[in-house]
Amino acid sequence: MQQAVNAPLDPTTLLDVPADDLVVERPLPAWKRLWNIAALRRGLVLVLLAGLWQATALYADNALMFPTFTDTAAAFVTGLRSGGLLSMTLTSLQTLLIGYAIGVALAAVLAGLAASSRFGDDVLTTLTAMFNPLPAIALLPLALLWFGLGLPSILFVLVHSVLWPLALNTASGFAAVSETLRMVGGNYGLTGWRYIVKIAIPAAFPAILTGLKIGWAFAWRTLIAAELVFGVASRSGGLGWFIFENKNELETASVFAGLATVVLIGLFVDIIIFRTIERHTVRKWGMQR
Amino acid sequence: MQSAVKEAVSADDQALPAPALLEVDGVTLRYVTPTSVVTATWRVSFSCAAGERLVLLGPSGCGKSSLLKAIGGFLQPTEGELRLDGREIRRPGLDRMIVFQEFDQLLPWKTVAGNIAFPLEEARHWRKAEIAARTSQAIAKVGLAGFADAYPHQLSGGMKQRVAIARALASEPTILLMDEPFAALDALTRRKMQEELLRLCEEARITLLFITHSIEEAILIGHRIVLLSPHPGRVKAVMGTQAARATPEAARLLQDQITHLLFTEKFDQGAGI
Repeated sequence: MQQAVNAPLDPTTLLDVPADDLVVERPLPAWKRLWNIAALRRGLVLVLLAGLWQATALYADNALMFPTFTDTAAAFVTGLRSGGLLSMTLTSLQTLLIGYAIGVALAAVLAGLAASSRFGDDVLTTLTAMFNPLPAIALLPLALLWFGLGLPSILFVLVHSVLWPLALNTASGFAAVSETLRMVGGNYGLTGWRYIVKIAIPAAFPAILTGLKIGWAFAWRTLIAAELVFGVASRSGGLGWFIFENKNELETASVFAGLATVVLIGLFVDIIIFRTIERHTVRKWGMQR
Repeated sequence: MQSAVKEAVSADDQALPAPALLEVDGVTLRYVTPTSVVTATWRVSFSCAAGERLVLLGPSGCGKSSLLKAIGGFLQPTEGELRLDGREIRRPGLDRMIVFQEFDQLLPWKTVAGNIAFPLEEARHWRKAEIAARTSQAIAKVGLAGFADAYPHQLSGGMKQRVAIARALASEPTILLMDEPFAALDALTRRKMQEELLRLCEEARITLLFITHSIEEAILIGHRIVLLSPHPGRVKAVMGTQAARATPEAARLLQDQITHLLFTEKFDQGAGI
C-alpha cells in the first residue's frame, strides 16, 4: 500500500459533459397517463362487456331466456324502487356481516393458538386440512338438522366458509415472520399476546388480508347459495331468494338484476373496501406492490 | 494453548483498569436441532469494560452469533455465566440493544421515526414528550433529518442500518450489540458507516460489542479483538489494536498476524500477543 502511494500515478482524464439544455424529466402525453389509470381501463372492459351483452341479446331476441342489458338495468331500477331488491340485499349483507365477524374472531383465536404452541399449530393444520376442502354448502343439510330453519343455520355455514381459509392464511403469515423480527420483538420485551399484536399481526398482514379476501368471497357465494335453498322453505329473504322467486315467476330480467347485484357487491367490496385497505397498509409499507 | 490464552486475557485486563461491564465467564452454548445437539461455543471467557469497543472476530461456525444471542438473552448457556454490570443475564432487555445485519430488522409498517420510537414506547418508561425528543435527537445524530416520515422500503441499505443504529441508541443501552451490521452493504457505504459508528461511539462513549468476519473492520472498530476459532467456538486470542490503529504499517502487521492465526491451526506462542 505504501509503495503504491510513492509510485507515479497513471494520467487521469477529467471530462465535463454539459447537460444544461437536457430535460431530465418530462411528462407523458395525456392519453398515456389516462391509460395508466387501472380504474379507467377496467371500466372500459365493463362498458365493452355491456355492449356485447346488448348486441347478443338483441340478436337472440328472446326476453325469456336472455334479456337485454337495458331490460336488466330497468328491472334493477324497478327492483330498487319497489323496495324488494334493496331490502333483500340488506338482509343478505346483514347476515353476511354477522357470519363474517364470527368467522374472523374464531380464526383469530385459532391462529393465535397455532402461533403460541406447537400443539396448537398441529390442531389448526389438521383441522384446516380436513375442513378447508369441504364446501360450506354441503354442511347446510346438517345445519338444518341441528339448528332448524333460520339464521343460526346460515351463520353456521357462513362461519365454516370464512374460518378455515382465514385461519390458514393467518397462521402461515405468522409462521413466515422472519427470525430477525422475532428477535427484535424479544429484544424490546414483547412476548405472548403483545408480540402477536405488535409484531406478528402487522408483519403477517399481507397474508391476513389475502385470507380476509378469500374468506369474504367464500362467504358471499355460500350465502347466496344457502338462500337459494333456504328461502324456498322459510321465506327468510335475501338476494338468493330474490333470484329464486323471480325465476319461478319467469321474470328473467329480474333474475339477471339479482345476479348483477351479487356481482356488483362483490366488485364493490373488492375494489373499494379491500383495495383501500391495501393502499393504506401493505402497499404503503412496501410489503406488496 | 489454554494457558497462553489465559495469559493474554489477564495481561489485557491489566492494561485496562476499568472494571468489566460485560463478563462472559466460561460459557458453553449448545442448541438442539431436530436431529442433534450442537455445541456452538466451548468455555468461552472474555470481558468488556465500560466505554470499550470489543470485537468478536472469527470465521463462520465459531459461534460468534450464538454468543451475541446469549448476551442478548435469547440463549441460555449450558455452562458458565454471562453478567452485565454484575447481574446475570437471564432474558432479553433494552439494556442490550441489538443491531442485526438483516435490513428486515426494521418494522416495515412504521416510519423511520416510528421505528426509533417503538422500543421507547414499549418500555413504558418514558413520557411521550421525552420519546419524541429522543427520537428526533437520534434521527439527527445518524444524519437522517428529513427522512423521519419515510417508510423503510423507501430507504437505501445504508440508511436502513442508520435507522437501526439510531433505534438502538435512543434508549441509551448499557451495551450496544452489533451482529455484522455492515456486511450486507456495498464497500463504499460500509466504509462511511464504519466512520460514522466510530464518531457516534466517541461522542457518547458507547460500550460496543461488535461481531464481524472482516479482519480490517475488526482492527478499525475495536479497541480489542477476541479471536474465535471454529467447531466449536473457542477463544483463540485476545489482542489490543492501539498500535495498529496508529499507523498503517502496524495495522498491516496485526492483520497478517490475525490471518496467520486464523488459517493455521498451530498456535504460535512466540507471536507476541
